[in-house]
Amino acid sequence: MPRQRLYPLEDLEDIPGTKVFTARRSRQGYYLHKFCMSLMQAENREEFKSGERAYLDRFAMTEDQKQAVLERDFNKLIDLGGNMYFLVKIASTDGWSAQKAVGSMTGMSPEEYATMMRDGGRSPEGVRSIKKGN
Amino acid sequence: MARISAGVATSHVPAIGAAIDLGKTKDEYWAPVFQGYEFVKEWIKDNTPDVVILAYNDHASALMLDIVPTFAIGFADTFQSADEGWGRRPVPLVHNHIDLAAHVAEQLVIDEFDITIINEMDVDHGLTVPLSLVFGQVEEWPCKVIPLAVNVTQFPTPSGERCWKLGEAIRNAVKTFPEDLDVQVWGTGGMSHQLQGTRAGLINKEFDNRFLDLLAHEPEELATWTRLEYLREAGTEGIELIMWLIMRAALGYGVDELHRFYRVPASNTAVGHVVYQAKA
Repeated sequence: MPRQRLYPLEDLEDIPGTKVFTARRSRQGYYLHKFCMSLMQAENREEFKSGERAYLDRFAMTEDQKQAVLERDFNKLIDLGGNMYFLVKIASTDGWSAQKAVGSMTGMSPEEYATMMRDGGRSPEGVRSIKKGN
Repeated sequence: MARISAGVATSHVPAIGAAIDLGKTKDEYWAPVFQGYEFVKEWIKDNTPDVVILAYNDHASALMLDIVPTFAIGFADTFQSADEGWGRRPVPLVHNHIDLAAHVAEQLVIDEFDITIINEMDVDHGLTVPLSLVFGQVEEWPCKVIPLAVNVTQFPTPSGERCWKLGEAIRNAVKTFPEDLDVQVWGTGGMSHQLQGTRAGLINKEFDNRFLDLLAHEPEELATWTRLEYLREAGTEGIELIMWLIMRAALGYGVDELHRFYRVPASNTAVGHVVYQAKA
């Protein structure tokens, strides 16, 4: 008997501007995330800050992942298997707030993003489903 | 016998912890958030339990890299606050109640919840921010805490229905513990928020308030909501709300809603908070 599923798993890819962090993406991001978690120690944060490229070269990350870290391109890092709960440790090391890091992915300035949040956040209208366009 | 007397649910936004630690709770931005917790801070003085079973998610602090347990129970004697990239939060050590944790873990496995046991880990803002919101800045936490870590990061997470059943199993486990203990179950995380991509900043007040309406008195309906609905409607990180179902199911059929609070925003997130008394 085929098991009943409430929705096809492909539907997880149907949310605009959203990458659901699946087991496959988790594997893709493993060494990137190993780097992120190394930043949970103060001495590692100092070493990273004193030579970012050399520090990144200690990890078996892809070149694309290293470049995206150097550029603080969080959208790219998520495309390359990253998850924000790991990536935010880079932002914390930089002294960025989580709001600044998250807002950087939206194409808005930090001030515009902060204003949107104070005004009640982004409405779900129109960004629920790519297929349905709602 | 042990009994579950009450439940608390709250968002666990890291910036809330930072606001407490840096003395910003009276600032214009933060004061309206902290006002929502005045009730629980008074209430808890007369209702401090012996033990809190605290459902939270680890934010890639102790788990999620090398080991990704769906449900895990903390088994260490004590838990230190994690350094999440800006130093450890200045909060007391969390002390476990090993006998109850062991009993619950055993009963859960017998009830077919194959829970992971963790003998050493740090706890992050997911666990410490709710403790700070309820107990304030104290030298020692006034009760024991059993950390219950739920994977809401890597898909598939457990379903809402699975979390509901886990809460029921926890209720049964606590009721069969022979020692006379007052136990609370807390659910944390949420409410709507999305921390990634061009949809970041998503807030869905309608969804959040519907969730709060149903949670108190028609929670069975919530157990049917799919992971996909949470993602679409409440954002990729809004799925943390499934942990509130563990708390609600652990309280049994009926509850008295003593307090409800909802506010947008704290940082990127809609803040929700409830206090429920279990009916005897």
